[in-house]
Amino acid sequence: MTHRPYTPWLFLLPGLVICLAFTIFPFLNMIVLAFTDASALGGGQFTGVDNFVRMAQDPKFWVAARNSLLYMVCVVPPLVLLPLLIAMLAQKAVPGIGIFRTAFFTPVIASAVVVGLIWTWLLDSRGLVNNVVEALGGTRIGFLTDSTLLLVSSMVVTVWRGLGYYMVIYLAALANVPKDLHEAAMVDGAGPVRRFWSVTVPALRPTMVLIAALSAVNGFRVFSEIYLLSGGTGGPGGASTTMVLLIQSVGRGLTGEVGYASALSLVLFVVLLGLLLVTLKLNRREDQL
Amino acid sequence: MKRSPVSLALRYLGLLAVLAISIGPFLWQFVTSVKGPGEDVFVPDFIPDDPTLANYGAVADVVPVWSFALNSLGVASVNVVTNCLGAAMAGYALARLRFRGRRFAAVVFAGSILVPFEAILISLFLVMRGLGLTDTLTAVVLPGAIAALNVLLLRNAFLALPAEVEEAAIIDGANAWQRFTRLALPSVKGTLVVVALFSFMFSWDDFLWPLVVLSDQEKYTLTIGLAYLQGTFVQNQRLVAAGTIIAVLPLILLFLLLQKHFFRGVGEGAIKG
Repeated sequence: MTHRPYTPWLFLLPGLVICLAFTIFPFLNMIVLAFTDASALGGGQFTGVDNFVRMAQDPKFWVAARNSLLYMVCVVPPLVLLPLLIAMLAQKAVPGIGIFRTAFFTPVIASAVVVGLIWTWLLDSRGLVNNVVEALGGTRIGFLTDSTLLLVSSMVVTVWRGLGYYMVIYLAALANVPKDLHEAAMVDGAGPVRRFWSVTVPALRPTMVLIAALSAVNGFRVFSEIYLLSGGTGGPGGASTTMVLLIQSVGRGLTGEVGYASALSLVLFVVLLGLLLVTLKLNRREDQL
Repeated sequence: MKRSPVSLALRYLGLLAVLAISIGPFLWQFVTSVKGPGEDVFVPDFIPDDPTLANYGAVADVVPVWSFALNSLGVASVNVVTNCLGAAMAGYALARLRFRGRRFAAVVFAGSILVPFEAILISLFLVMRGLGLTDTLTAVVLPGAIAALNVLLLRNAFLALPAEVEEAAIIDGANAWQRFTRLALPSVKGTLVVVALFSFMFSWDDFLWPLVVLSDQEKYTLTIGLAYLQGTFVQNQRLVAAGTIIAVLPLILLFLLLQKHFFRGVGEGAIKG
């Protein structure tokens, strides 16, 4: 015997307590609360699927669900493709490449709040972007005042912030693409575009699936960007609200409807779990090929 | 294989374009923060006429930005210590000790990784209220104090260590805690640095949870303090810009000092959703 029977549990105790008390328990409690009419003051009766019936009739839910889904669908293609192109630019060890890679990563370390504030200023009706638009002969655009444009602006910010992060993942993957594949394709007379599609992309498919999954999950969970660009309102009339924005506005504060917010949370969780399962399935098919 | 100067020039052109896109917005914010009251901040002029640091002092007059920063620093520092120590202890037990119930513990940590924070947001708030901790910095720290992902990262690091060294220590009569602190911990320094950095960054940058759990302005962390500043003083963009630079500068410095570990952390943490 190398240790007393309880020794491992002493090592595990802090971690287990934190995870059980502040992740697992709230998670299970959320599932229970989703079927009650609990309020911020506590209490709550079991109400079956009432919350979900209400949700189906709640226009705010449909707006939020549509926006979150739209967000997820729109940010995935640019986040899979653009960081790959940047990684290919930054892959070759030309002089000064370290400076470039470091600079490309900077948006990742800045918090969502800092990024949100910077872009709120850039996209302001009198901000830098609109000044450029005007200088080019266009008219000022209401990036932050039109509910659709607000959503698009927020997606742009999300993509901008993701470029450096996914670039690093791609750089690691590109380093593992066998060089001789490229050389063989070159000997066969394949141009750079052809080589990109028939050598690089197939070799990077597992990485691309991973990045698609990560960016989809993060896209559906979007909160900070929309919150900050809209000044906490979720856009004019709440038309740019998303699932997480809705959850925190329904469940927070003294008038918080905890039961309904939990039902919304459960829907959010099920969608994200679904995404995860799809990814696992895609990856398994990958292995069989 | 020939490398034409044209293709090299094109590559640099592309790199410079991406550089402008990544850094430009920060630069603009910085330029705005050093423009004096006499200068029109709406004019797209990247070179301030008369650069001044006055806005950094002025922002502290309207909101207690330095005390927000201190709150953030405190929360982030505690998070670094609890994550490094707590996750290493748990990871060590999972990787190196044999006992009944190890599977149960592993399932708890793996399950925790799968729970998206946003889904437990409201329910977690109720837990904190039950504990009487709402509106305290303790409540801000606790949920991420020992992240399950870090436990698994460190477990993997400990699993990669050769068993022989520890077997020798067992024969010498070293107990589990001595083996952990003297042999195992020093051997996983690289992973610990990654855990420390990312714990600091996630904590310093966290927005949603402090926004929900804190309401007293005195307890505000820098992120929600800044959102509040924007909501209240959006007329004076110079002050908001100065506040943002205060929030991002420490991380940029940290990053420049330890960038190798940041890049490693992205690789190891890529599974985190």
